[in-house]
Amino acid sequence: MKLELRGITKSFGALIANDHIDLVVASGEIHSLLGENGAGKSTLMNVLYGLYEPTAGEILIDDKPVKFSGPADAMAAGIGMVHQHFMLVPVFTVAENVALGAESTTFGGVLNLEDTRRKIREISAKFGFNVDPDALVEDLPVGVQQRVEIIKALVRNAKILILDEPTAVLTPQETDELMEIMAQLKAGGTSIVFISHKLREVKAVSDTITVIRRGKVVGSADPTAATTELASMMVGRSVSLTLNKADAVPGELTFKVTNLSVMNDAGHRLLDDVTFSVAKGEILAVAGVQGNGQSELTEAVLGLHKRTLGSITLDGKELVGKSVREVLDSGVGFVPEDRQDDGLVGEFSIAENLILDLYTKAPYSRRGTLNRAVIAKNADAKVAEFDVRTQSSQSAADTLSGGNQQKVVLARELARPLKLFIASQPTRGVDVGSIEFLHKRIVAERDSGTPVIIVSTELDEVMELADRIAVLFAGKLMGIVPGKSSRELLGLMMAGLNAADAQAQLDAPVAPENGELP
Amino acid sequence: MSVVAAAEPSKLADRVAIRSWRTPILLGVFALVAVVLFAILGPDGQATFRISQDNDAWQVPNLVLPAKAFGIVASLILVALAVAAWLQSKNQARVAKWVTMTFAVVFVIALMVWIIGGTKTQNITLVGLFAGAMLITTPLVFGSLSGVLCERSGVVNIAIEGQLLAGAFTAALVASITQNAFAGLFAAAVAGMLVSFLLAAFSIKYVVNQIIVGVVLNVLVSGLTGFLFEKIMKTKVDGVAIYNQPVHLPDLPIPFLSQIPILGPMLFRQSIIGYFMLVLVVALWFGLFRTRWGLRIRAVGEHPKAADTVGINVNRTRFLNVMAGGAVAGIGGAYFTLVAVSSFSKDMTGGLGFIALAALIFGRWNPIGAALAALLFGVAGNLQSILSLAGTPIDGQFLAMLPYALTILAVSGFVGKSRAPAASGQPYVKG
Repeated sequence: MKLELRGITKSFGALIANDHIDLVVASGEIHSLLGENGAGKSTLMNVLYGLYEPTAGEILIDDKPVKFSGPADAMAAGIGMVHQHFMLVPVFTVAENVALGAESTTFGGVLNLEDTRRKIREISAKFGFNVDPDALVEDLPVGVQQRVEIIKALVRNAKILILDEPTAVLTPQETDELMEIMAQLKAGGTSIVFISHKLREVKAVSDTITVIRRGKVVGSADPTAATTELASMMVGRSVSLTLNKADAVPGELTFKVTNLSVMNDAGHRLLDDVTFSVAKGEILAVAGVQGNGQSELTEAVLGLHKRTLGSITLDGKELVGKSVREVLDSGVGFVPEDRQDDGLVGEFSIAENLILDLYTKAPYSRRGTLNRAVIAKNADAKVAEFDVRTQSSQSAADTLSGGNQQKVVLARELARPLKLFIASQPTRGVDVGSIEFLHKRIVAERDSGTPVIIVSTELDEVMELADRIAVLFAGKLMGIVPGKSSRELLGLMMAGLNAADAQAQLDAPVAPENGELP
Repeated sequence: MSVVAAAEPSKLADRVAIRSWRTPILLGVFALVAVVLFAILGPDGQATFRISQDNDAWQVPNLVLPAKAFGIVASLILVALAVAAWLQSKNQARVAKWVTMTFAVVFVIALMVWIIGGTKTQNITLVGLFAGAMLITTPLVFGSLSGVLCERSGVVNIAIEGQLLAGAFTAALVASITQNAFAGLFAAAVAGMLVSFLLAAFSIKYVVNQIIVGVVLNVLVSGLTGFLFEKIMKTKVDGVAIYNQPVHLPDLPIPFLSQIPILGPMLFRQSIIGYFMLVLVVALWFGLFRTRWGLRIRAVGEHPKAADTVGINVNRTRFLNVMAGGAVAGIGGAYFTLVAVSSFSKDMTGGLGFIALAALIFGRWNPIGAALAALLFGVAGNLQSILSLAGTPIDGQFLAMLPYALTILAVSGFVGKSRAPAASGQPYVKG
């Protein structure tokens, strides 16, 4: 089945998300859409899937124009989509989720889930998915949830499968497995639209690459094109993808975490007996698939968890049991993983956001009254220093782009003299240009002699920044390896092997057969 | 690739670290109350529970218990259970379920014996207690089923009270005018749907906060029915208020089944509304959990966007469900004026719509659970009115707060986790 988009334009009010986009996906090819966050890739695919109505332009399937008034039409035309945020009902079973909207029923609309289960088992066996039709979706790992989404599309006989940032939530190994699945689907005649901003994956899997920037197609490329060439097409100027940082000069080990465990209210260990330390002037990166205890680790340091066992010391002083205020005052800078919810107050101005943790102190306030002039001056200085692109430091924080918001958070946290700096997902959803800047500031903080902890689920970022890499899996520390470790080693550790076992497996002459995730 | 077992280390140390003393403390306090009330201040004499009525098919002998002795035994058991709970908390960091369950059952029985033993007559008719409870339970069940329909599809229905009241008023008016009870019943369903239409239009189409719309609708219906009651129903023709004399729905006892002790008078000597209620509870449960219709509704209430991406029209589903909920609550309202009492009076639903909401939560958004919760609240409510007549040691008004106290316990997690449909109360706006 051949798919063609002609002159698709989609605008939301004054914002033009897609501007006359032309795209042809040939039958049985893997076509990658490459672009930064916010370039308009997802909007385009939502138009194609019938979720948005295009402002202008037309969609052709096998050279015949079609019109979708909703996802049902798109599915009927053979288009399936795996969304970035899975469209699965967490409290339903796999079978119920797959059946939803295309239910087999017996007399009177009574569900016949057995029919759905059989279809799931068939597809599961064909592609080696290993999915239990009766498992509750909320109990499944994200990698398996993604397969459920693919099954959903296949049960509906999708001929074109759209995968929207499918690798964002996967371990490197799961990513490899997904790519194998994509190859199998392609061999079976399914066309795939693969949306990503990860150059390595796009190069590995695509037949054709189309690059989108600011809602426009800026060109297409061959998968053999150089990485830097693709990156500059995506960003619109040449970017240096490698950070030239000097080797770390680790000093005294001032930050120590000993036998730290964090539990939820049910007594489930979210972080399990973790011990490590960080020296002055080094960056320890915490890698792992999202949801393996990274958030709990940073939150425990900050004092946001009450059910904590073990000890956290900074310069010999215990932090467990201290209030968040006391922890911050002892010299901890913290960039939370979700800047919109935890890092900034969206409706507050940039100037106010810059003193969120300093407002009680002179010179920003005196006797309970804020000193507006000082705050404004501080803001102007920080905006200039951190290159925050904004009309004015009095604009609301939520008018800024992701990258600029993150610069504001970083500027605030680095404003105080620090004894420890923690940044969680420092560049998530940030444009490539800002990433460069943010990384340089983090390295500069290291070079000034602060112990730095970076938590990131992006392996590229971890390998870029880290002097040492700690890998978490299911709340446990799988080991700490040097910053120059191989991607394969880290991938195995992220999937639950400890450092020694992972190394042994890599050293083994014949790689053992890949098992399935439970 | 091998994977480290994801099984959690349920080590004792972990559980001790998150140990909560909430349950042992609570049980201890109740056990202390039991010792003081049931044992030390226990009434002399006997408590008699009359189970059968004279015309029942089988005669079951009355249950007679010596109040003081029973109080002493029960409070000793309660103290023992509280101690067991404390020991379990200390050693295993969690209290076994059977301890709390047994505690609750023994406490309720002992409370009943103490109350009955303390009344002047020292006896209670269980048939009266349960059959009378249906007067409260029936509208509660309809109200909470309306809530199930709305909330399962993602719309919070605070307007149940208003729907019941609109149903009661319209049923009385139409049944009086037409001299036909079924016309009144039909009109009540339509009235409930009208209230629902306003709720649906404002909360789904115009995305107004659902709680606020619901509260405003309650006030609106209360004011409107009050006004029309004064202006129309009190109008006298030839000295008679002809617009407030609804024809009643007859009781239709089912042969044989209606002779079963307690259950017979409770469930099988009802009007058509009562039987409809029984059918509706089961049908709604089956529909929600076994049919395509229910799967789609639950999907819309849990994750509307997921439902949208498989081609389900979210807002239409919600609209239809809210309308159906209105019809159900309207019929429940008709029960007031077509079965329970002889005529409409101002604000006669008396907050039952809000207790229906409580029953919905207590029953965990499940039709059968909600019906059982409604039964519990009905029995508690009826017990209160029986006891205030019989002259009890505790004030009837005190017992009247029981449904609310139970609901607070339920939603605060004492009776297991109560989990609302994830998207309940959140409007769905397409991107």
